[in-house]
Amino acid sequence: MTPAIVARGLSKSFGHVVALSGVDLRVDPGEVLGVVGDNGAGKTTLMKILSGVHPPTEGQLLINGEEVRFASPRDAQRVGIEMVYQDLALAGNLRIDENIFLGRERTRQLGPVRLVDHRANLALAKQHLDNLNIHVKSVGQLVEQLSGGQRQAVAIARATAFDGRVVIMDEPTAALAVREVRKVLDLIKDLKTHGISVILISHRLDDIFYVCDRVMALFHGRNLAEARLADVDRNEVIGWIMGNKGGHGVPDRPDRTDEAR
Amino acid sequence: MGVTPPLEAASDVPDVERSRLARLTTFIDRFGALGIVLIMGTLSYVAQPDVFLTTNNIANIFRQTAFLALLALGQFMVIVTAGIDLSVGSTLALAMMSTAVLSVAGVPWPLLILTPFLVGAAVGVINGVGLTWLHMPHPFIMTLGMLNIARGLTNLISGGVPISGLPAEVRWLGAGNVSVGGLQVPVSVGVVILSYLAVWVFLQHTRTGRHVYAIGGNPQAARVTGVNVDRTLVLVYALCGLLAGFSGLLLAGRTNSGFPNAGIGAELDAISAVIIGGASFFGGRGTVLGVFAGVLVIGMMRNLLNLSNVQVFWQQILIGVVIIAVVAFDVLRRRIGSAS
Repeated sequence: MTPAIVARGLSKSFGHVVALSGVDLRVDPGEVLGVVGDNGAGKTTLMKILSGVHPPTEGQLLINGEEVRFASPRDAQRVGIEMVYQDLALAGNLRIDENIFLGRERTRQLGPVRLVDHRANLALAKQHLDNLNIHVKSVGQLVEQLSGGQRQAVAIARATAFDGRVVIMDEPTAALAVREVRKVLDLIKDLKTHGISVILISHRLDDIFYVCDRVMALFHGRNLAEARLADVDRNEVIGWIMGNKGGHGVPDRPDRTDEAR
Repeated sequence: MGVTPPLEAASDVPDVERSRLARLTTFIDRFGALGIVLIMGTLSYVAQPDVFLTTNNIANIFRQTAFLALLALGQFMVIVTAGIDLSVGSTLALAMMSTAVLSVAGVPWPLLILTPFLVGAAVGVINGVGLTWLHMPHPFIMTLGMLNIARGLTNLISGGVPISGLPAEVRWLGAGNVSVGGLQVPVSVGVVILSYLAVWVFLQHTRTGRHVYAIGGNPQAARVTGVNVDRTLVLVYALCGLLAGFSGLLLAGRTNSGFPNAGIGAELDAISAVIIGGASFFGGRGTVLGVFAGVLVIGMMRNLLNLSNVQVFWQQILIGVVIIAVVAFDVLRRRIGSAS
């Protein structure tokens, strides 16, 4: 199976600060990869490279086996990489369908002018939400009338509305009430059945262990460890986050992290 | 598929009640300002039963408020983006005065009619560019500067004195009448209605128009979905300036002149009309119909107080009271809405 996305040796420096150094990553179609690491481990930088916000200083990106270079998030979207933000980047004063299609609205030609085809957008949005098993009273509702979990569901729907193949989620449950977290996680699990890959950044190990197939840890801008979820336990992953690859006890810094300093 | 439980609204209010409240809120959002117009109309009719409903008086209200209607329309688009344009009154004066000065210089009338549009749009583009490319921290500052610059230019090109006498063709839009079914209808009424229709189509039914609302609702969301926020903002300020110029053309027509003090304080009337019309000062909310109602409320209030021989100072006081009352009511309504 060709991986949905492969990153090889990604490095990124901001001036003298090395944020990322030789990071590899692979996600298969329909796989959920969890990315963990302490603050400053390079998770956000990695996601920004994958979603086209920053170009890498070095390294290679392959989408479905073909090398790509992104000059902007638009380029990443064009090959099916979408981003879901923790702060729910939605316009509350617009309808659900308008948020899903914001910036990519269907239009129809009326004489000399091109008008938004509200009816088509509503119908397409409804179909898409049904597909993802997301239930709302009406797609014509304003987003501000939705709960936090429903909003995050709309954000995920937006990310997958345009043939999104890889959806990157940065702490998608951080802003949610506890009882809504599970529903959003179930929605992420559901994306697998559509063959969509998810890269999930989260501080919540509960989230990671509930939804991921594989987990990888970054430490000081480098790959530290990686395993199928079935092969690790929670304490090991906590150890990784603290830079402790081997056992569960005393921190035992691997050599490579010393190089990174 | 089929395993995800439905995501439901996190609220203990029964659905029926919730949606009834939501529907009421939407209804008031849409038509609340028209309610104030009805109240104003009834008040006016009771106070002045012989005069208020005469065609002459109604035509008068429209003719006198036409220029404010265009100013408010432009201001509205800016306020939807969570911005403000303090320069529209001065832009009106500059557009009007440029037209008058060029008229004296013997420029032919077709060019004279174009002048206020070009001047207004140019001022608007400068506002928009200053705001976006110069990264001014808030449109208040950029347009406050422009308020002074445009007013200064108006005085500079006219020597600070009024210039009267414009070609009839130039005056037609602001002062002309057309006979519709035997009634003499001011041309400016048609101008206002067409402009409002055009802006309504733009805001509700074009992609750029929807992006204007998105920017007002959450500029970050607009940006990450690929909306060109800066370009949209420049366009909105340009349109606002263009309408201010148009407004100057109407006022020049009605008064057959350009005078340097035209439109002083008009930016505040325009903002008042937009707010009375139910638009949110914080962006993303409001309708063209509401703005129209807001303009009518101000126009009718002035008309009523004039007809009743009330001192002009009372007009200011009452407009102030209405602004505060309308917004206070709105805040109260929203609080009730969100508490449930």
